[in-house]
Amino acid sequence: MSTLFTNARLIDPEMGREVTGALLVTDGAIAAILPEGDKLPKAAQTIDCNGKVLAPGIVDIGVKIGEPGERHKESFRSAGLAAAAGGVTTMITRADTIPPIDTPETLAFVLERARDQALVRIHPLAALTKGRQGREMTEIGFLLDAGAVGFSDGDAVTSDNRVLARCLTYAGALGALVIGHVQDPGLSNGAAVTSGKFASLRGLPAVSPLAERMGLERDLALLEMTGARYHADQITTAAALGPLKRAKAAGLDVTAGVSIHHLTLNEFDVGDYRTFFKVKPPLRSEGDRMAVVQAVADGLIDIICSMHTPQDEESKRLPFEEAASGAVALETLLPAALRLVHAGALDMPALFRALSLNPARRLGLPGGRLGVGAPADLVLFDPDKPFVLDRFRLRSKSRNTPFDGHRMQGRVLGTWVGGKRVFAWGKDDVA
Amino acid sequence: MAFTARHLLGIESLSKDDILTILDLAEHYVTLNRQPNKHSNALAGLTQINMFFEASTRTQASFELAGKRLGADVMNMAMQASSIKKGETLIDTALTLNAMHPDLLVVRHPHSGAVNLLAEKVNCAVLNAGDGRHEHPTQALLDALTIRRAKGRLQRLSIAICGDIAHSRVARSNILLLGKMENRIRLIGPRTLMPSGIREFGVEVFDNMREGLKDVDVVMMLRLQRERMDGAFIPSTREYYHRWGLDAEKLALAKPDAIVMHPGPMNRGVEIDGTIADDINRSVIQEQVEMGVAVRMAAMDLLARNLRSAPQEEIMA
Repeated sequence: MSTLFTNARLIDPEMGREVTGALLVTDGAIAAILPEGDKLPKAAQTIDCNGKVLAPGIVDIGVKIGEPGERHKESFRSAGLAAAAGGVTTMITRADTIPPIDTPETLAFVLERARDQALVRIHPLAALTKGRQGREMTEIGFLLDAGAVGFSDGDAVTSDNRVLARCLTYAGALGALVIGHVQDPGLSNGAAVTSGKFASLRGLPAVSPLAERMGLERDLALLEMTGARYHADQITTAAALGPLKRAKAAGLDVTAGVSIHHLTLNEFDVGDYRTFFKVKPPLRSEGDRMAVVQAVADGLIDIICSMHTPQDEESKRLPFEEAASGAVALETLLPAALRLVHAGALDMPALFRALSLNPARRLGLPGGRLGVGAPADLVLFDPDKPFVLDRFRLRSKSRNTPFDGHRMQGRVLGTWVGGKRVFAWGKDDVA
Repeated sequence: MAFTARHLLGIESLSKDDILTILDLAEHYVTLNRQPNKHSNALAGLTQINMFFEASTRTQASFELAGKRLGADVMNMAMQASSIKKGETLIDTALTLNAMHPDLLVVRHPHSGAVNLLAEKVNCAVLNAGDGRHEHPTQALLDALTIRRAKGRLQRLSIAICGDIAHSRVARSNILLLGKMENRIRLIGPRTLMPSGIREFGVEVFDNMREGLKDVDVVMMLRLQRERMDGAFIPSTREYYHRWGLDAEKLALAKPDAIVMHPGPMNRGVEIDGTIADDINRSVIQEQVEMGVAVRMAAMDLLARNLRSAPQEEIMA
């Protein structure tokens, strides 16, 4: 079985370039890249891309799915539909479920549900400590064998440095990747927004942006001590960029991510207590947002993620302090990220370096690139197509997006996983 | 002069004219309240529900009296004891009450923004009686009326607000109101009780109370809440009183005719010396309570007028 994609803008983040031409998929893998003018081979199926963009599918680190425990918020099936519609071909799922994914048995449940229900590839994270309690490490070895691609307690940050040092030492010896949430737990406790004039005007409990630098620096010192492989889930402030840069220059095995919301929104978007804008860490100042966008362009921040966090209406229709944190973003990740391209902050190859190539590489997955031999995980999209986002048309079970009613530009036309089409724009059903 | 707002949620959205409209009408009610017959029919036939999700004696009594003097049917609901404890959400509570067709809803809630949220879900006029650390608009209005009556004006005054600014909705509403009316505002207190980014509000901030009180016209003291007293924000109440408590010696640095205010209830010997609080030549604390009823009558009267003049479909929407 072979498919030929013709007349496409092919984005190759590995080489940092964009070429016009055709791409041949055979047996679920990319078999050839044919620049414009090359003789086109025969294929069982030909798809004319009409000059639109064909890029490696997004590898999204840190997707929350409500299984187990909160299936009413998101299931593997609904998340898979949303991912496919958003051009996300691999979801790296979080361990902060109820109960947490902290044993090989719960991990096996996740993998089984993922295999049976989800349209896209799923690789799970597992908890770093039992119950995400920050006291005893999980069975990191068994969990690795069972398929965990990384270890994270999510936003349950331990303040016990000795526990974390041991976890990092043990994980480091097994070559496991540890993902940290770099917000100082003491300062962040109870905070709903970033400190400053806006926080004071709204009378909301706030945390200094420096809590992020403190959290990062603590973890970096422990990395220096233990030599573990480490990824900071979200770097969202200018103050944390200096320590990150120095750590990379010093040769620590560290990478960093940022959520799409911190790249495209700022603290003022909370406005009149709009709880769909309550995320963790809280949205930052415009100065921080611009610094972080630049850090993505420079490659200092490696990975852009959705930090997809489904919350039902009941969890959000509360006073701001009491409302749950998080936003759904699987379907809005790409159009929101294209804002950065349209604004001239990033070019297309740099965007897919952060969305696809770098996360795949960091996790040791074969996807994320547009090269011969890579799995045919692809997204076809029209980067210029304008639309107004209606949250009730999202495929996620939860519709808590901050982009409701926003003008977006960029529409996914089709998504393929291993050469199999999982989404087609305009059709109600998925092939 | 038109005051067209549907709710009174905060000072932030009020114009200078709105503020003056409320204060001028309040003057009228001050006069009425001093008559033997204190009754008006401004709210006759209307239903006022006081929903207090946080304990309050004075503010609730003030709103209740204001409503009754204007002829409204007033109902008090002590929300701490009721459905909230049974797990009902704020919005469900609001919808339940809304179905009883109240005209005025007076709400106090421990969380910032909760009253705004509630106002989105009901058809009646909502008055914020204090939400978290966000706003307490009627307190700022009654303070403004007290200042205007004592000083003869509400502009170009130097006003010190002292104490726990960070956790105080009274301070926020007063900073906004007094700023809009073009006064110089000085904030005095320990830095642990100052909110972040406060200098951007166009105020001067003082660590030292003696420097801060120099030549001010108005000294506004704030209540230090008990849960802030033990170690976490300040080391002890005696050290606090020594540095930031208002005593005769510190007050002597203010203008000779400076007035002393306090929103109550007071902690005598913590933020204020009892003899100053009781000094009828300096303290306007009792006057503040009197102005409170008048200002709340004015605010509810104006909201009720807007309610009656609003097109019906808007109310139904």
